[in-house]
Amino acid sequence: MITLDGVSKLYGGRRVVDRLDLTIAEGSFNVIVGPSGCGKSTTLRMMNALIPADEGRITVNGRDLRDSDPAILRRGIGYVIQAGGLFPHWSVFDNIATVPRLLGWPKHKVAERVAALLALVGLQGDGLAQRRPSALSGGQQQRVGVARALAADPPILLMDEPFGALDPVTRRGLQDELKAIHRATGKTIVFVTHDIEEALKVGERIIMLEDGRIVQDGTPAQIVHHPADRRVRDFIGGEEAILKLLAGTTVAQVMQPPAPVAAAASIAPDATLSAALAHMVASGHTALDVRDDDGRILGRIGLEDLAPERRP
Amino acid sequence: MARVQNWVLPALTAIAVAAACGLGFLSHAPNRIVPGRPLPLHAVAGTAMLWVLAILAAGLLVLAFRRPGQRTTLLTGSALLAALILILAAAGTGAAALANPEVPAARTSLGPAFWLILAALALAFIDLAQQAGLSTRARLLLAIAILAPVVGMAALGWFDALSLAREYRARSDVFAAALRQHVFLVASTALVAVSLGVPLGIRATRRPRFRRRLFAVLNIVQTVPSIALFGLMIGPLSSLAEAVPGLKAVGVSGIGTTPALIALICYALLPLVRNTVTGLDAVPAATIDAAQGLGMRRNQILLQVSLPLALPVILAGLRIVIVQTIGLAVVAALIGAGGLGAFVFQGLGQNALDLVLLGVIPTILLALATDAAFSALAANGEPKR
Repeated sequence: MITLDGVSKLYGGRRVVDRLDLTIAEGSFNVIVGPSGCGKSTTLRMMNALIPADEGRITVNGRDLRDSDPAILRRGIGYVIQAGGLFPHWSVFDNIATVPRLLGWPKHKVAERVAALLALVGLQGDGLAQRRPSALSGGQQQRVGVARALAADPPILLMDEPFGALDPVTRRGLQDELKAIHRATGKTIVFVTHDIEEALKVGERIIMLEDGRIVQDGTPAQIVHHPADRRVRDFIGGEEAILKLLAGTTVAQVMQPPAPVAAAASIAPDATLSAALAHMVASGHTALDVRDDDGRILGRIGLEDLAPERRP
Repeated sequence: MARVQNWVLPALTAIAVAAACGLGFLSHAPNRIVPGRPLPLHAVAGTAMLWVLAILAAGLLVLAFRRPGQRTTLLTGSALLAALILILAAAGTGAAALANPEVPAARTSLGPAFWLILAALALAFIDLAQQAGLSTRARLLLAIAILAPVVGMAALGWFDALSLAREYRARSDVFAAALRQHVFLVASTALVAVSLGVPLGIRATRRPRFRRRLFAVLNIVQTVPSIALFGLMIGPLSSLAEAVPGLKAVGVSGIGTTPALIALICYALLPLVRNTVTGLDAVPAATIDAAQGLGMRRNQILLQVSLPLALPVILAGLRIVIVQTIGLAVVAALIGAGGLGAFVFQGLGQNALDLVLLGVIPTILLALATDAAFSALAANGEPKR
């Protein structure tokens, strides 16, 4: 758990973070989003003491940051930055092993852990662990960055625009994988981005920042359906934001029990709601059967199910 | 019509042939004081030798028309090597023929034509290595192929009649000591400069004000002429040695090794500090940020991330420092620090050019060898993938 209590950061007399109160719940996936210069990166970097707070109090797992050794603190918090920030002179293996080695793990334990993490981020393969980062694609580098942050199994993961430098296809793939990793590991994640589409897709909770203050704090659905003010509405892009929201939920999460009569069209349970909507528009049916790979009907999804929070 | 593939080779051949025809190849004098009588190549070498040399020159001209390739490289290299051996042999045998036991003071030294031909050959070898794009290994083999016959001929006494060799023989024990002292001066300077320069560079990257002041001082030191800096050491150090009793016992005085080392280190600091700072500045900020964010401490970041990433640039600085110090250490002989410079200044004082060369040639060879060693190191250090 992370708490911020009246936290400010001043640069040249200007408050880039302005008396912020924030509590990050254990195991939650939080996205801090806002335009550039809103203070989102500064807020994140104060959480692992890379930037000292000028006012207020920050605690991580109940401990005041001012009472902790920053290096020890950071070894217990995963940190991922744009383009990975990998050490160019070290192999993939050495990069991932950074924190375990800082913590003095025995050799065989480090090797086991690196192998497990390479598998977790989908990078197992011939000789990849011994390559230098420069020999990897951007997406692969970012996966190594995530693996390195998770290496010592920290309960908290801080991510500063991690997918900002990637092409859209790679980016969407990594967003899906990050959500899967979150479900599998139950880490507390704080994710910073300026891309509202990415925020709505990956986040369970969205914290919208502007001029160092929180303008809205809620679930993706709350942000989209009940924007706090004009600025939020403009930032999320009006009604079209609803379509972006659909990408963050899978069919299996909202489907209803199977109907007695089979529908004319069907969809897989792990498809996103935006894929389901596209399928409805393309096929001309407002209800789809949810079928698994073997063709068994698991449930049904209708147009009205796409926005469950709108139902009376 | 065939086209000339390589203009460098015919140009160098022309220079060598012109020098052989028009300038003195050897110079013979009855003693050190009077100027020598120039002897052209055809007056020194036998007819057979001249014919072979002419054929080699013609062959090199023909080779310039050949398309580049492994065979052309091999043929050109062999022709150049043969020419080098013949020229050296001509100088050695020519001097031997001129030697007269009844005139022991007589001197036979190498003339301008010899040096020009040698320079042309050296340039031709360099051009060959570059044209063929030789690897570090191949360059090393080529260097051995060039040096082996030279060393072999010297060991067999081919050059004994040349005054350069006679100067060496007269001082062979002093020569070894001078070479040792020279290497000692260079090695100590490099060692101290690294152990001072790298920490200073690290500090400079952390403190902008210190950085400005440090570079101001180092830049001024660099502009002081070397002779002046060596001279400037004499006054303060002799009074220091007088004032502090223990210092004299450990070898501190106004002249000798101590002031020479201090001056050499002063000169060595700028390139080393500058390259350390440049190398550390070039480490990406994101890499440092990541290292910090993962929980590395300041010294861990320095030792595990920043310094390894800056190492190639720091090594380039060390290369400059060593090559520069090998040359500057010659001047250090002026304040009694010994080394190869002692021969240079003795030779200048006695009007004995061959004695100057006895100091200069090993200096040049030392510098070239250092440079080659660093090239090989840099080529080896590049990432494999």
